Amino acid sequence: MALDTAAVRADFPIMCREVHGRRLVYLDSAATSHKPRPVIDAVTDYYERFNSNVHRGSYQLAVEATEALEEARRKVANFIGADQDSEIVFAKNATEAINLVARTWGRANLGPGDPVVITELEHHANIVPWHMLAAEQGIELRWIPIRSDGHLDLTDLDRLLDGARLLSVAAVSNVLGTINPIRQLADAAHDAGALMMVDASQYTPHLPTDVKEMGADFVAFTGHKMCGPTGIGVLWARPELLEAMPPFLGGGEMILNVTKEGFSTAAVPWKFEAGTPPIAEAVGLGAAVDYLTGLGMEQVREHEVALTGYALRTLNQRYGDDITIHGPTEPAERGGVLSFEYKGIHPHDVAQVLDRSGVCVRAGHHCAKPLMRVLGCAATSRASMYVYNDESDVDALADALGEADVFFIE
Amino acid sequence: MPDLEDLYREIILDHYRNPRNRGELDTPPAVRAEGFNPLCGDEVIIYVQVADGVIEDIKFGGQGCSISQASSSMMSAAVKGRTVEELQQFNHAFRSMMSIEPDPDDPAPTNGNSADVKLGDLEALKGVVKFPVRIKCATLSWHTLTQAVEEAQATS
Repeated sequence: MALDTAAVRADFPIMCREVHGRRLVYLDSAATSHKPRPVIDAVTDYYERFNSNVHRGSYQLAVEATEALEEARRKVANFIGADQDSEIVFAKNATEAINLVARTWGRANLGPGDPVVITELEHHANIVPWHMLAAEQGIELRWIPIRSDGHLDLTDLDRLLDGARLLSVAAVSNVLGTINPIRQLADAAHDAGALMMVDASQYTPHLPTDVKEMGADFVAFTGHKMCGPTGIGVLWARPELLEAMPPFLGGGEMILNVTKEGFSTAAVPWKFEAGTPPIAEAVGLGAAVDYLTGLGMEQVREHEVALTGYALRTLNQRYGDDITIHGPTEPAERGGVLSFEYKGIHPHDVAQVLDRSGVCVRAGHHCAKPLMRVLGCAATSRASMYVYNDESDVDALADALGEADVFFIE
Repeated sequence: MPDLEDLYREIILDHYRNPRNRGELDTPPAVRAEGFNPLCGDEVIIYVQVADGVIEDIKFGGQGCSISQASSSMMSAAVKGRTVEELQQFNHAFRSMMSIEPDPDDPAPTNGNSADVKLGDLEALKGVVKFPVRIKCATLSWHTLTQAVEEAQATS
């Protein structure tokens, strides 16, 4: 059954607000999604009824707060097909989850000349941590190129993976929308003796996620792009990897014992969760997972494919050669992220004009400067869609885009 | 919201479409500096040739939005042939028009009052203040020029 967008919109309180006297046309969900009422209520409810610190309290409130945190972990584990709750490590966001892998597994296992393979379409979050390891430990960073159609060029994959220790790839590009062949890449990585990490930040909010089907060893994603609060992200990893990895940050919560001479670590996953965790945020993420499960991730994806197809058709029919939409042309091969260039007008100016009509798009390099260089531009405008968007939002974008001509086209 | 017409004044769009002093200079004798706006990816490259405290020639390059490109163009036209002291006065007057507190790292004007400086075409950028996100687009070229001139003076 298709998504009932009107009913979905009614779940999101922010959809009631106006911008510059116009209805909000929010097309920036690749940056962050809005939050449905059940998520907002779950966070409020946590503070109103359960607030206390977790794991060490012997009183009822603390027991309930701990249960709420661990229940959220259980929900996330189910949502992504993990076998055990303990495979879920809560982090601040996907960036922190990737850094966690670089700083723990990477530091313990990688040395000078060890190759880590990434792709040209990565977000800076999956580039800079490896640059840092290159500077600190001398690892070698290798890049899988992209083709002009927005897909990865896997011609030289075997050579790139030769001797590699890790392949780390975004499941969906946050600029091009390209859905990468994760299973194929994971199998190739494993054949070459490398581990596979997936940056699922743009995938898990939009497609049914099964970490085992992906064939991954590490999967990172963030809560705020999937209807959850900011400040909560997830690292999933195979249990034997988590067991063997050294801890990340040191402090409370992550220890079993501390003496003047040293410390021993808590069990997985708490070993990686130093300090008071983002409890309310985790509870909110649990509610977000429930919400998305209620919509049905198959339906979420179906809606996205249909709306992406409509957007590609509408913009191309309306503007023809005046618009260039980057990335795959086939909706089934991409997410609902449309990076475009319009009549050579700078994206910052395009976004400014669109804002006047209440249309929110992002302009810039989208934290993917190496990809921008490959595309031959410094910036793009990016419209990205989610469960609350419908054809009227695409129409509003198409209408408002033409208004840029007044200023910039003589 | 403030009118977009306040932001995209005709004179700004003219500098954007027909940029003055766009290009490169040989280094040396010119000095080259790069400025980045990490927010939107704007890049400005300034080439400046300073001799005896006078900005003899200036060119700019890079890519950016209409505001950053027009600001570079207007700035280059305003400071070409001026002394470094006059540049400092322009810089102060411009920053104050952008409602930015004086940067403690910027050299203060050594004489004259920046309030007396006639900004000319640059006045058209006044409307940018109503769009706070765009202020950095307008000031990027000035930051970069200040950097280039400091370098030019340090090496001369």
